[in-house]
Amino acid sequence: MQQTFVQPEFRVKIDYDKCHKCGRCVQQCGWGVYDFAERPIPHDEKCRACHRCVTFCPARCITIEKNTLAFRENDNWSVGLLKAVWKQAETGGVLLTSMGNPKPYERIFDHLVLDACQVTNPSIDPLREPMELRTYLGRKPDSVQVASDGAGGFTLAEGAGMANNIELATPIIFSPMSYGSVSLNVHRSLAMAAERLGILMNTGEGGLHEDLYPYQDHIILQVASGRFGLNPEVLGRAAALEIKIGQGAKPGIGGHLPGEKIDREVSATRMIPQGTDAISPAPHHDIYSIEDLRQLIYAIKEASGYKPVGVKIAAVHNVAAIASGIVRAGADYVYLDGFRGGTGAAPAVIRDHIGIPIEIAIAAVDQRLRDEGIRNQASIVAAGSIRSSADAAKAIALGADVVAIGTATLLALGCHLCQSCHTGSCSWGITTQKPELTRRIDPEWGAERLTNLVHAWSHELQEILGALGVNAVESLRGSRERLRAIGLDEQTCKILGVKPAGM
Amino acid sequence: MAYDLERYESFGVERYRDESPFKIHGGCGLAGICDESGTLMSGEVAIQAMAVQRDRGNGLGGGFAGYGIYPELSELFAFHMMYHDTAAKEAAEAALSESFTIEVAEPMPTRPVKGIVDAPLLWRYFLAPHPHLLEERELSAEDYVVQVVMNINSRVDGAFVASSGKNMGAFKGVGFPEEIGHYFRLEEYAGHTWVAHNRFPTNTPGWWGGAHPFTLLDWSIVHNGEISSYGINARYLEQFGYTCSLGTDTEVAAYLFDLLLRRHKLPIELACKALAAPLWSEIDRMPAAERALMTSLRAVYGPGMLNGPFAIVLGFNGGMVALNDRIKLRPLVAARSGTTVMVASEEAAIREVMSSPDHVWAPKAGEPVIARVEGMEWPIHGELHLGPAEISCAVTGTEHSCEPVEVAV
Ligand code: SF4
Ligand code: SF4
Repeated sequence: MQQTFVQPEFRVKIDYDKCHKCGRCVQQCGWGVYDFAERPIPHDEKCRACHRCVTFCPARCITIEKNTLAFRENDNWSVGLLKAVWKQAETGGVLLTSMGNPKPYERIFDHLVLDACQVTNPSIDPLREPMELRTYLGRKPDSVQVASDGAGGFTLAEGAGMANNIELATPIIFSPMSYGSVSLNVHRSLAMAAERLGILMNTGEGGLHEDLYPYQDHIILQVASGRFGLNPEVLGRAAALEIKIGQGAKPGIGGHLPGEKIDREVSATRMIPQGTDAISPAPHHDIYSIEDLRQLIYAIKEASGYKPVGVKIAAVHNVAAIASGIVRAGADYVYLDGFRGGTGAAPAVIRDHIGIPIEIAIAAVDQRLRDEGIRNQASIVAAGSIRSSADAAKAIALGADVVAIGTATLLALGCHLCQSCHTGSCSWGITTQKPELTRRIDPEWGAERLTNLVHAWSHELQEILGALGVNAVESLRGSRERLRAIGLDEQTCKILGVKPAGM
Repeated sequence: MAYDLERYESFGVERYRDESPFKIHGGCGLAGICDESGTLMSGEVAIQAMAVQRDRGNGLGGGFAGYGIYPELSELFAFHMMYHDTAAKEAAEAALSESFTIEVAEPMPTRPVKGIVDAPLLWRYFLAPHPHLLEERELSAEDYVVQVVMNINSRVDGAFVASSGKNMGAFKGVGFPEEIGHYFRLEEYAGHTWVAHNRFPTNTPGWWGGAHPFTLLDWSIVHNGEISSYGINARYLEQFGYTCSLGTDTEVAAYLFDLLLRRHKLPIELACKALAAPLWSEIDRMPAAERALMTSLRAVYGPGMLNGPFAIVLGFNGGMVALNDRIKLRPLVAARSGTTVMVASEEAAIREVMSSPDHVWAPKAGEPVIARVEGMEWPIHGELHLGPAEISCAVTGTEHSCEPVEVAV
């Protein structure tokens, strides 16, 4: 075999003085880094720095270091670029990767700060006063029409009022990750947590496994270009349906789940033969225009008994006009996925170079919908990437109704962002279908960690609202007056609708 | 601080703009009193109610609105005007005479009062729209009046319409309210409803037009508070075409009432529930039909919900409505004595005016106090059809918020 030019990225170091020679590292590693010959022998080139072995080594004697080989200084040709060229010269293939865009583009969230009340209006103590996060996902009427109830009071006029909205206890939901890309135990964890939290999980495009039916009132079922796992019965089960047009990590790109991952369960859920590749075309082959989308939205509403139907798109340059079309086509919510959004597998060139930041997309879409007087007709769900409750608060202040979190949920389940999901060998048992790995996640344990995470963020949102002197999240939503920018250029501030700090 | 004419070249919108970059921070005091039987009370009552709340202001703004005060001229629109100089007066009068038959034009009766200095020229007019103009333009009298107000406030430099309703008037200026009240000789007027305000601006010089109440037609609004949700409230209103050009909370509250009551035709009780919404925990405990109504109301009008400390009194020819924020962060006390309902920032005001009230209570957070004058029209403004742009423009005199209309100026 040809000698590769690509040197290992990491160095696995074992302090053999401390090592118990127990072999746990060998067993824990999903990538086959370790051989065992009286003691563990690491093969650096296989290491992904997922830290599974480090976490579980009883002697705490493993360290993973960067392989810091010196190259001659070159600001233009980074080591990453050299390796990419060498790999492609070896294989002739597209370089695959996973998780979100890691490149050093400006992170706008980190340039936005929130306001707080001092003297003239009081802050509110969230530990003593109610601090309301409840949010309704879906289309709202322009106004509420009322009729007399005949007893001096009022009641909703016939057919008036808000219909088909989903009540969320907090404006945080789980983002779509398909069964197939993640394990069934991950889906179970997400579904159980969504139910406990009063929020929603999202099946992604891989269909709804029957083990999740008990949680169906807390599940969004995705309808993607592959149309996996869909029939009228399943459509009727979910709380809401979501047409997936695109994904922040790979706008305009379809998906490919190799046949080896289509085991009996995945095959039954996706409703495709076992062992065949599951291919999601780049576009939906029945959607080539906004009119086509409208037809699909109404077809799904019709088939599902008029459940809310959302449309997920990647944040791209023209996102505001696209979102406006989607709302006019009848969507109950628009899901915007920013260019930092995660993926189970994507060409690196696409992930790292296509799309726009979610902050910009929220601001542009929210403003466009307001300018057109249709902001109430659909909720905005923002994702990609919401890393903390602070990001969530800023996204909401820019105009999002709800944020969706994906990467953060996987981190809660053990993910260490090694960006190797596409290999299907995740040592943490998350993005794999290998039974010896997937059983590492106990759904009960997973649900508890996810519940903790969302509770923690919700408490933090309440702290933020209290500091802002408001006691309901709707008073923060779209209230860009409560944001200021530090170190953003004038044009970006204008697009965000945010004043620079000091103004 | 005295009202400094030299500081400004004009009297109208520029002055508003001058204040607008800053919200009006600080405390304020307010009072409202209404005799539901329609019996008239001297304006002295309102002055007394404010005099005991003097400490709630800093002498930079006081004002009153009285209803039922012009019984002999109740069919005519009463315009209370402020002029920077005689040129402004002439220009505004030319506009008025082209648009209306001027039945009465007279200087506002005032008396010298220590502490009130640098008053603008204050005039009042009783006007009837030319019937042929209404017909020609297919406008109701109310639409027509709002358009004229809009044009004067935005186009006539140095002129400002302080109030424009029938059988009512606003009296406001820079000074403590009891000084302003005596300056305008309010004890000589008798009204069934009075609202009053004491202002404590912390960052602006104060000017006569900027004092409360805010008015349009027969609506008046006085407000004590600071709306922490101002940003989204203003963006919500913009979606319906209102332009929040003043940057004041009172402006936002005025437009929200206009949107909910006049354009969305919500009953006043429900409009108040939308603006100071009950907690979800309360809504969840309501009977099913009410819960459905309140859930929709809150979800639909969430962006309009006024969040943060406030107490507000809305006055109009049919009575008044007082409302506190949803967790009662600003004071508001209410009382009833026979047919008279009173609200004030401080109970002292009530005790000063009512010798032995039947009932004094602190209205619960978000629970409106509503007083309706027997036999008066309710709801209000049935004949006003204009859009939000015109309303914004009329209230604030900011030209950019609306297209000019064909009313002579
Ligand atoms: S898990 Fe740790 S202690 Fe056990 S063999 Fe591996 S390095 Fe040694
Ligand atoms: S989920 Fe993906 S990124 Fe996370 S540890 Fe597993 S393979 Fe690595």
